[in-house]
Amino acid sequence: MIERDTFLGYRRQNGAVGSRNYVAIIPVDDLSNAAVEGVGRIVPGVLPLPHPYGRLQFGDDLDLHFRTLIGTGSNPNVAAVVVIGIEPNWTNRVVEGISATGKPVAGFSIESHGDTATIARAAATARQFLQDASELPKERVPIADAVISIKCGESDTTSGLASNPAVGVAVDWLIDHGATVIFGETSEMTGAEHIVASRAANEVVRDKYLAFHEGYQQFIKDVGFDLLGSQPTQGNIAGGLTTIEEKALGNIQKTGSRPMVDALEPAVAPTQKGLNFMDSSSAAAEFITLMGAAGSVFHFFTTGQGNIVGNPIVPVLKTTANPHTRASMAEHIDVDLTGLLTLEMTLPEAGQALLAQMFRTLDGRLTAAEVLGHREFVLTKLYRSA
Amino acid sequence: MAHGFLVHDAEDHVGVAVRDLKAQERVSGVYLLSGKHVEITTIEDIPLGHKVALTDIEVGDGLRKYGEVIGTVIRPIRTGAHVHVHNVKSVRWGSI
Repeated sequence: MIERDTFLGYRRQNGAVGSRNYVAIIPVDDLSNAAVEGVGRIVPGVLPLPHPYGRLQFGDDLDLHFRTLIGTGSNPNVAAVVVIGIEPNWTNRVVEGISATGKPVAGFSIESHGDTATIARAAATARQFLQDASELPKERVPIADAVISIKCGESDTTSGLASNPAVGVAVDWLIDHGATVIFGETSEMTGAEHIVASRAANEVVRDKYLAFHEGYQQFIKDVGFDLLGSQPTQGNIAGGLTTIEEKALGNIQKTGSRPMVDALEPAVAPTQKGLNFMDSSSAAAEFITLMGAAGSVFHFFTTGQGNIVGNPIVPVLKTTANPHTRASMAEHIDVDLTGLLTLEMTLPEAGQALLAQMFRTLDGRLTAAEVLGHREFVLTKLYRSA
Repeated sequence: MAHGFLVHDAEDHVGVAVRDLKAQERVSGVYLLSGKHVEITTIEDIPLGHKVALTDIEVGDGLRKYGEVIGTVIRPIRTGAHVHVHNVKSVRWGSI
């Protein structure tokens, strides 16, 4: 297997390691998107992250909103952050959350100032942050300090047969080298939850995982529907997947074989090295946004029929074993694993190919999703606002 | 490649086509874990990624793939047939 276990990255003030060096401009709420985008026009090198939420949310849904914004700003792929909100209290809550990392962060609120004055002040700070970030040195950092996430999308039977088990080989290697890996997709474990539960490192983790699983099944029951027609998706069915059980059993192939050390609430950063489950949607953009908020600095994404998702702060590396998708959507595919179907490639070789491309990406090579401008930033909302 | 489908587990009822298979094609498959070969004759077209029956399976039986039950058979399935949403449904969802 691959011999390197370090990459050229950024060591942040709190010790976390990243592969990218963004200055993020984060709105607390939908109303502040215009100001955030205004800063992005004046200082084009920064990364504005507009989103549609943040007003009249409450309870667990509001907590998740703050956790996601604070986690995104705290992600080690982000060097510095400007936060803009309509009023000062919630703006300061996000600023204070991010400042725990020790990275530069400043907040601006719009009430009593208006958009134009706020944009002018925020742009002055953003310009300074960007220049300072541009001279941060890259250094050799251990993969053991990195958080990596995994998901499959527009899956078909080739995912469970080939690309997912190849990611499983890479995940086992990462865990054996001390890294932290997060998987999730609560609904998409239906039919494989007994296998996931059996992987738990202890009873506490097992019970936490099963509580997420059962909570989700109860939620479906309470709304009076099941997910037939959504899970598997129309794309999944076109690709040959027949039932949610078949999809789930294919999905878990990418989690490898090591124990599951923890089961996390959405957007919570892992505290245990090894394989972590996170309660999360299976929708790709929502999922990877939660992973970024939990500190992921690199994402393995397998696809069968051709999901094209990306994320603004997490490089998303895409792979497929489906020869039709490889041929028809070549510009979206970073690693070609079609040789697994023809048996011209073994699973250890495929895992090695994924790890080699992961290290090149962590060193700075842009993924297909990055160069094609895929920056889907989608907050998970638990229920409707007040 | 010589093989037309792959099979996950020794107990599985189905293989997965790794190229488009034509009806009445004599086609060989490979078991992923053991490397053992098997041959069947298809009775209908099976597109790449779709499942082909390795044996006859009766209505009400649990369909096995990955060595696990992935659904219930709702129409009789003959060896070499295309196995998908028209003859298998989820055990978990779809009862409402």
